[in-house]
Amino acid sequence: METETILSVRDLDVKFTLRGQVLHAIRGISLDVHRGESLAIVGESGSGKSVFTKTFMGLLDSNGSVTAGEIRYNGQDLAGYTTDQQWRTIRGREIAMVMQDPMTSLNPLKTIGDQIEEAIVLHQGLKGAEAHAQVLKVLEEVGIDQPERRSKQYPHEFSGGMRQRVVIAIAVACRPKILICDEPTTALDVTIQAQILQLIKDLQKKYDLTTIYITHDLGVVANVADRIAVMYAGDIVEIGTCEEVFYDPKHPYTWALLSSLPQLGVKGEELYSIKGTPPNLFLEVKGDAFAPRNPHALKIDFVERPPYFEVSPTHKARTWLLDPRAPKVEPPEHIKHLREQGVNRHV
Amino acid sequence: MSEQRKKLLEVQDLQVTFGTHLHPFHAVKGVSFDIYEGETFGLVGESGSGKTTIGRAIIRINPVSGGQVLYRGERISGRISRELDRKVTRQIQMIFQDPMASLNERAKVDYIVSEGLYGRHIGEAERQEKVAKALADVGLLPEFASRFPHEFSGGQRQRIGIARSLIMDPDFIIADEPISALDVSIRAQVLNLMSQLQKERGLTYLFIAHDLSVVRFICDRIAVIHKGRLVELAESEELFAHPLHPYTRALLSAIPLPDPIAEKKKKLLVYDPSIHHYDQETPLWQEISPGHFLLASEREAAEWQREPSR
Repeated sequence: METETILSVRDLDVKFTLRGQVLHAIRGISLDVHRGESLAIVGESGSGKSVFTKTFMGLLDSNGSVTAGEIRYNGQDLAGYTTDQQWRTIRGREIAMVMQDPMTSLNPLKTIGDQIEEAIVLHQGLKGAEAHAQVLKVLEEVGIDQPERRSKQYPHEFSGGMRQRVVIAIAVACRPKILICDEPTTALDVTIQAQILQLIKDLQKKYDLTTIYITHDLGVVANVADRIAVMYAGDIVEIGTCEEVFYDPKHPYTWALLSSLPQLGVKGEELYSIKGTPPNLFLEVKGDAFAPRNPHALKIDFVERPPYFEVSPTHKARTWLLDPRAPKVEPPEHIKHLREQGVNRHV
Repeated sequence: MSEQRKKLLEVQDLQVTFGTHLHPFHAVKGVSFDIYEGETFGLVGESGSGKTTIGRAIIRINPVSGGQVLYRGERISGRISRELDRKVTRQIQMIFQDPMASLNERAKVDYIVSEGLYGRHIGEAERQEKVAKALADVGLLPEFASRFPHEFSGGQRQRIGIARSLIMDPDFIIADEPISALDVSIRAQVLNLMSQLQKERGLTYLFIAHDLSVVRFICDRIAVIHKGRLVELAESEELFAHPLHPYTRALLSAIPLPDPIAEKKKKLLVYDPSIHHYDQETPLWQEISPGHFLLASEREAAEWQREPSR
């Protein structure tokens, strides 16, 4: 696959200061985002997935900062941006974001039409009737009927799914190159979830967008992602194409995430759940951060942080289990045959 | 479903109406089902379908405007005696969706968990003992009693919510989307805890959810609700193997599969209520095969059964 890198992150470190203590939220991530792909970043709450993507837009809370590494976009290093003026050239225009909860990301006091028009006036330079016509076009595009009437309504007159469509409309109206979707469907029903994912997919094709999905639910991204990055404790522990991560996962944490999906549960048996809690990032993490919760942990996991081992040119994982000297550990039985199982179970 | 099993709860032609007489809104339009002792009964539908309203009507938070609810054969809807009310509030408990919102953030865990015991004439020592036991039952440490909800993670908070319902020693728990707000890895823990408690105490659950994949794993029977009406009810495996109503089929097709190839080939079904012609033919709540109920007109029932399920 020929790929062109649109965004390149190198050795990124993010730290937060809380009550005099330092929290090491992102611990040296390197990642290339390819133009036109859809990349999913998957991890538990607190794994740093949202913090990581917020650094692309300068949206970190004031007590957090990028302390090392670089984020290269269009020949610029975004990690060095400090002023709002600099960020304004990126936010919305180049990189836009769809937040999790459509209830809180819209202004309840302004009509839907006005909120979309604001983005259009600012980013497309249209005015008056032209801008208004564009609003209606955008609404239609995201699948909202009767755009003329709906554009005069307020957010509370919309259902959750419709509101998320509006948020997407605003993000896309800025004509960004990269669209970051932070848990775009977590607050929505399953049927609506499927529709919203389909909508984002359609828009991606139409506008040649690069999309980054952030989610805790591996089940959701099988349909939409080209590549999947699994995050744990501020680090990417495994990255590969969608097929590689689902059918041939290598990191024990990816195994655990897949195993805990209720879709794979067997009735009457206990559903797999990950033991213990994520590490305290106020303390320095020694060795592999997942080791204390990992039933397959080796001695070295507690001593030295594993490097990436390459499984294929597109697939790598940070686990000592892939070292040639490591004992051979097989992934859990029920995710080994995920593919056949998935097909059998649901048809 | 064997007829010998004891009915714990009977919901008969339940109707719930909100709004004024001039502008009524019928949230629940004549719903009937039974819940047997010791089973987990799933109620599945989208937001606004009335599933939560049914749960709240059973536990007497929402008034019933028609039909009745029987608990162990006794009517518990409408006006009931004081003793029965006390009995019902103890025996039926509820677990709420969002553990962030459902716990009083200004109260300590100790009070939150034991709030239901106040006014039930028990001593302080006994109360503390019960709190410690309830916390231990859900896998929390007794010293957590002196902390505030914000000090806990989402999964722990949901455990506090479960402890609060367990302390009353209930027989029947209404779990309203207990895991929707939780991370996937935490969901597994909470589901496991619920099944373990069921085994230990013989609890009966009404499990309300919008996600069929979760419900299949935990429920014995599932009812699908759409716009205030049940459209289909069957044992879990039967419902997944032979879904008949187009809405059930649409819900099933929306379950995300953890499998890229199958998922990319999958065809999403969308339910379009305009396929029904209920102005010309009346839909009936009928038993298609033993234990499998369907809301359909005669023509539809015949048609849907001919179509292969997916």
